[in-house]
Amino acid sequence: MSSPKVDPIRQHTLPSQVVKDDEPKLVAAAKAGEISAFEELVGRYERKIFRLTQNITQNKEDAEDAMQEAFLKAYEHLGEFEGNSRFYTWLVRIAVNQALMKLRKRRPNVVSLDEDVETGEESVPRDVQDWGPSPEQRFEQTEMSGILQSVITDLDPPFRIVFQLRDIEELSTEETAEALGLSVPAVKSRLLRARLKLRQKLDRYFRQGENQ
Amino acid sequence: MELESYLDQELDPVLRVSLEEHLLKCKKCRLIVDTTKKTIEIYCNAEPAPLPQDTRNRLHQALAKRLRRAQS
Repeated sequence: MSSPKVDPIRQHTLPSQVVKDDEPKLVAAAKAGEISAFEELVGRYERKIFRLTQNITQNKEDAEDAMQEAFLKAYEHLGEFEGNSRFYTWLVRIAVNQALMKLRKRRPNVVSLDEDVETGEESVPRDVQDWGPSPEQRFEQTEMSGILQSVITDLDPPFRIVFQLRDIEELSTEETAEALGLSVPAVKSRLLRARLKLRQKLDRYFRQGENQ
Repeated sequence: MELESYLDQELDPVLRVSLEEHLLKCKKCRLIVDTTKKTIEIYCNAEPAPLPQDTRNRLHQALAKRLRRAQS
């Protein structure tokens, strides 16, 4: 029996495409003291790490400092990296720690990530419309980047950071929980809330585009 | 939470089948699921912007200084 109307779930949960097969070799070379190998790893991930630290800190200066500190720390502690996880995941965890320290310093009153936060129940929107197959292609790339950035910035940090790690950096639920010191159920409930909130916010742009 | 597990392909197979049966009948839920999947996909596939040149320069200067120290 076929069920043509239910799309197969996209494989966004597969290991990140950003991690290339030669990563373990590069890491081994960097550990052996080959500077160019470490520089290659930095060049590969600097944009993603900066986006991560920016999304956490919401401050360019802090984001830059956190990124620098993350790469320097990664270099200094490379000998401790045992290869049980992907290097990129390990680097993300270091960068998250650096960025959270900056965030807490600048905004001590920000809701602690490990506190219980009200995830609440999402009400089902009354009017739900289709976005069409590729709603993002109706926008110029820079315009789309601006929309995605402004929409995610609106989320409170406990939701934004979980979404960032799980759906943008493609960490597993368990890795996200470990990186943030949260339980797996807490990650899941925050993630659902974040995904639905973002969907709701993007709906404004995409349904409008649909009618244009 | 069933929706969360469904989106992550972790839903119990029995629940999954019944949820998919519901989705076939209920356009509203189907659209919510589809657009939520699309939301994840768009963010996941979004390319990070290039580093601002001054930010990149400062990063590489800091690294070069540290790496030189390691070599000496």
